[in-house]
Amino acid sequence: MRLEPVRDASLARRLGLPLLALAVTVVVASVLARLAGADPFATLGLILKGAAGSKFALLETLNRATPLIFTGLAVAVAFRAKLWNIGAEAQLYAGALMTVLVGTQLGLPGPVAIPAMALAAILAGALVLLGPAVLKLRLGVDEVVTTLLLNFIMLLVISMLLEGPLKDPMGMGWPKSPPIPRDARLPRLIEGLRLHWGFGLALIAAVSVWLIQIRTTLGYEIRAVGLNPQAARFAGIPVNRVIVKTALLSGGLAALAGFSEVAGLKGNLTLDLSPGFGYTGIVVAMLALLHPLGVVVSAIFVAGVFVGANSMSRAADVPTYIADISVAVALLSMVLAILLTKFRVVRG
Amino acid sequence: MEILDILLSASFWAAVLRIASPLIFATMGELICERAGVLNLGIEGIMVAGAFAGWMAVYAGLGLWPGLLVALLTGMAFGALHGLLTVPFGLSQHVVGLGITMLATSSAYYAYRLSLPEVTSPPRIEPFQPVHIPGLSDLPFFGEALFSQTALTYLAFATVIAVALILYRTPLGLALRAAGENPSAVEAQGLSVTAIRIGAVMAGSGLMAMGGAFLTMSAFSSFFFEMVNGRGWICIALVVFGAWRPGKALVGALLFAGFDALQIRLQQTPLGADIPYQVFLMVPYALSILALVLMSRRAEVPAALMTPYNRGDR
Repeated sequence: MRLEPVRDASLARRLGLPLLALAVTVVVASVLARLAGADPFATLGLILKGAAGSKFALLETLNRATPLIFTGLAVAVAFRAKLWNIGAEAQLYAGALMTVLVGTQLGLPGPVAIPAMALAAILAGALVLLGPAVLKLRLGVDEVVTTLLLNFIMLLVISMLLEGPLKDPMGMGWPKSPPIPRDARLPRLIEGLRLHWGFGLALIAAVSVWLIQIRTTLGYEIRAVGLNPQAARFAGIPVNRVIVKTALLSGGLAALAGFSEVAGLKGNLTLDLSPGFGYTGIVVAMLALLHPLGVVVSAIFVAGVFVGANSMSRAADVPTYIADISVAVALLSMVLAILLTKFRVVRG
Repeated sequence: MEILDILLSASFWAAVLRIASPLIFATMGELICERAGVLNLGIEGIMVAGAFAGWMAVYAGLGLWPGLLVALLTGMAFGALHGLLTVPFGLSQHVVGLGITMLATSSAYYAYRLSLPEVTSPPRIEPFQPVHIPGLSDLPFFGEALFSQTALTYLAFATVIAVALILYRTPLGLALRAAGENPSAVEAQGLSVTAIRIGAVMAGSGLMAMGGAFLTMSAFSSFFFEMVNGRGWICIALVVFGAWRPGKALVGALLFAGFDALQIRLQQTPLGADIPYQVFLMVPYALSILALVLMSRRAEVPAALMTPYNRGDR
């Protein structure tokens, strides 16, 4: 078999195939529920209800989507330039660490502390990705492996700090940082609703990234470098500088996930701050076809699957890992479906 | 001083071989995939799935060797999916690989929770035992240092020899290497690049799963979440460090295991007591990055690595 480009793909093809991918995901999830001895329809119903069945559920989903929007944007920005940043997890923790350091050590008043924490976080995240980017450009070291390995190193650094100098003396021996002061926390987005400003910030970030991509020279250059670095170089685009800028932007965005989780939700830093938001960001970005506004939609979808599965698992006896499997299946079937909207399989 | 004492103890060298074994299996697996032109980032998840499947099979009543076969087949199944998506469809090897890692890891965890819903600590199996080799195992020092391993460790070393022989001494190996260097030349010979690459990814993934199975069936006797803990990513670095050659990759794995065994022992010395244990745990990951940096200029990357091949577009 080989692939042949499809010219002017029909609307049915462009919509039908992604829907089919979604259907495959639902079928796999049903089979998994069946394997656990549960009724598939009831299970899917419970997931849906847990994700969006009440105001509380919906807000929970949006809260969970917040860090995923940031890490999804980080991945989308980087992947567009073919910079394979698999290290959003490390950048997230770097951001969270700086948020806690600035928030607890400097004693700044709230209105100053919040932007200071955010800036410090962005800087730290950008620096964490700068290393692999420079190694890639200077020495040709594959950034996939370096960013992946940095995730492990960063968690150990955090663990070391939480058991050492950053340990909360009031923490009953748990490895956690002291909390940042109340007035340095992100306020609620809407008074009375359990949704913090991190979500608003994530939306602003998504729109900003989108505007950068369509309205600025950098956005154009990032796209050109991602499509064909040689051609971009011939066209006079400073490829290396563009990749460095992309890395700083991507690392900074991922770090904001850490900032928003600490300043908006948790208040302190622990080793389980992120249940893999950095890795899930890759799925979020791919499902959004690397489109910044699409990232918002797909982050809410993925967050809904996780939040819904969590609440379902408490009601029915189906392990929560059903969500992780479903998300992975959605990713694989969606990239295939998108490919098949552009190419058809022919014999020979 | 302490370092010298450690290096002169037979148990240290036995530990090096033990720590290296899963890395050797998985590194050979990744090497086969990459020599055929496919980067397999599914390695981390496939190791998890192999660790779980082999252990579960033995726990369910199969023997150790049939259990190992189950792990191998599990790996090959994920490899088939990876190969199908990345070779004929030519999808991004980064995205598919990470997707396979997520899928394989979460499938193993899901199956674990389904089969053992109530347990707080995982049940143990009777793992592979050290093989007594008449003569060799009784040697002073060397007997304990080199010949006190389980059959799987010896199998790991045999795998390196087999991979090297197949790659460099058989027509199949030639075709596989050509698929990673110059796929149109393979097609010109009337061979199918697609078949060779899918076969390589399946075989390689099978080896990765055996690397995972070593953890549950030889090194430890239970399955724990997070037990693979980045070993897959380290193996990808080892392939680069070994310049895509089985022998050099073996040296890399042994060196790496040597540093790992050393840091474990240094933690227990008075010197190590003053340093946070996390610093020691960072050593493997930091070493991998260092290895990549050191080798970066000299690497002979397979020319068609990560380049999908589609007949028709020339």
